[in-house]
Amino acid sequence: MVTASLQQTAAFTRRRPRRHGAGILPGFGLSLGYSVLYLCLLVLIPLAALPIKSADLGWSGFWAAVTAPRVLASYQLTFGASLIAALVNLVFGALAAWVLVRYTFPGKRVLDALVDLPFALPTAVAGIALTALYSRNGWLGSLLEQGLGLKVAFTPKGIVVALIFIGIPFVVRTVQPVLEDLEREIEEAAASLGAHRWQVIRRVLLPAILPALLTGFALAFARAVGEYGSVVFIAGNMPMVSEITPLLIISKLEQYDYAGAAAIATVMLAMSFVLLLAINLLQAWQARGREGRA
Amino acid sequence: MTAAILPPHLNEPRWVRCILLLLALGFLGLFLLLPLATVFVEAFKKGWVLYLASITEPDARSAIRLTLIVAAISLPLNLLFGVAMAWAVTKFQFRGKQVLITLIDLPFSVSPVVAGLIFVLLFGSQGWFGPWLQAHDLKIVYAVPGVILATLFVTFPFIARELIPLMQAQGSDEEQAALTLGASGWQIFRRVTLPNIKWGLVYGAILSNARAMGEFGAVSVVSGQVRGLTNTMTLHVEILYNEYQFSAAFAVASLLALLALATLAIKRLVEWRSAGLARQDAVPTTTAPQACKAGATATA
Repeated sequence: MVTASLQQTAAFTRRRPRRHGAGILPGFGLSLGYSVLYLCLLVLIPLAALPIKSADLGWSGFWAAVTAPRVLASYQLTFGASLIAALVNLVFGALAAWVLVRYTFPGKRVLDALVDLPFALPTAVAGIALTALYSRNGWLGSLLEQGLGLKVAFTPKGIVVALIFIGIPFVVRTVQPVLEDLEREIEEAAASLGAHRWQVIRRVLLPAILPALLTGFALAFARAVGEYGSVVFIAGNMPMVSEITPLLIISKLEQYDYAGAAAIATVMLAMSFVLLLAINLLQAWQARGREGRA
Repeated sequence: MTAAILPPHLNEPRWVRCILLLLALGFLGLFLLLPLATVFVEAFKKGWVLYLASITEPDARSAIRLTLIVAAISLPLNLLFGVAMAWAVTKFQFRGKQVLITLIDLPFSVSPVVAGLIFVLLFGSQGWFGPWLQAHDLKIVYAVPGVILATLFVTFPFIARELIPLMQAQGSDEEQAALTLGASGWQIFRRVTLPNIKWGLVYGAILSNARAMGEFGAVSVVSGQVRGLTNTMTLHVEILYNEYQFSAAFAVASLLALLALATLAIKRLVEWRSAGLARQDAVPTTTAPQACKAGATATA
């Protein structure tokens, strides 16, 4: 209670516009204290172990560990494959959202529900299913290899396939609500002013969904960079060729090179922070856009 | 095929609609439905007998048991954290609130492998608490507690993330009314807040549960994969697969796929329910969890 009233006084003296009455309800100290304690014990202190452990290496050792050729190759693969997969999801996710919102077809509700499958399906299950599908004896793998001479499983292409799978829901689910909220009147107005359908789509619809598109893209990319379970089965995991960064951390760990594993993980953690910041900015932009339209 | 009845100037030409529809369905069919179908086809390839044998053998049974135990421990802890966090963040103003909200998104962008690694660094034999744990004959990493910790790390945000937007949209007028009528804090929560957020809670709980039962990366780093002891279902699938026991691997995987499908079905049900309630109470649809809007228009 004391903290709550202190909080009120502090808020008052700062003369910040407060939402009406916030702060008079009980439980502030308890709920905030518990949340912060839980976050510290489970998240912050354990995460702090990463930079501290990698400091064992010293600055030059750290730099050597995170820029070894095999590590650099894994960054290139991880970020490259994630970027391609996120771009594919950007295009086809927007298309799927459009089709799910605007068109009607049999089985639409079931398909709409199934879009979330990659969230719900354990990544290891997705991994072995995709591998079975795309390996030489699989339905698609045999088709692709005989028809086009294309090998997908156990190559970097397989990694892209797995990352496309796990990224599907992100773009669809961020664009879908925005498309649903769009008022038809705007399109009507554009059309009555003489715009062609294509012009309406490009000049009216696309700008409206752009923040959501980019948010979905960034979310899919961020998820793909850290992905492990669905990738390890289909990747083949050859050093320098098809070894993703998370796998490299595990192989360091298996060689009892704890500091080396921590160093690479620190780099990945820093990347996560950067992506998280970018996603937050994009979401703020999207929220502003929505308020502007409302 | 596309029955949207619209004037031609507000719609794409028929052939464009057909092509877009085919492209979208082709993409979703290829990358979504086909992998799902593969799981079940491969699981039953060698018949029912082997399928049943694969999911009832002792190692599989102990993996299923461990997965259920881990889920049963993480769910109440996540519920407690989710409610506490959402209450603190939505009912009060304080400095650093935005940082706190951003922090709970962290597990979504941190690689699951990193999530597992941090607990090895803390509690492994080389870790900070390693010597102390060894001296007291305690084991966290490469044992069940490590599996639980890693699962908690990757699942703690789900419920908080559902509740925060929901409670923010609902505001705290009803709670304040209850307070002026003399209700205690616990009464306010149980009689006013809880009924308002119950669908959000269910929604967050099933998502967090699906992730808890299906987590692979983080758990595989900390479990040490001792058969029959620290193997969860996903790790059991991996071991079977790497031993070329494909049908058995897919049999256990099909159980996890069924869990995923059940999760999606319950999720959709909750979305319809809360969307229906939202309409009944004439509360704006924004109070429903964000994805609920999809459900609302689907039923409309």
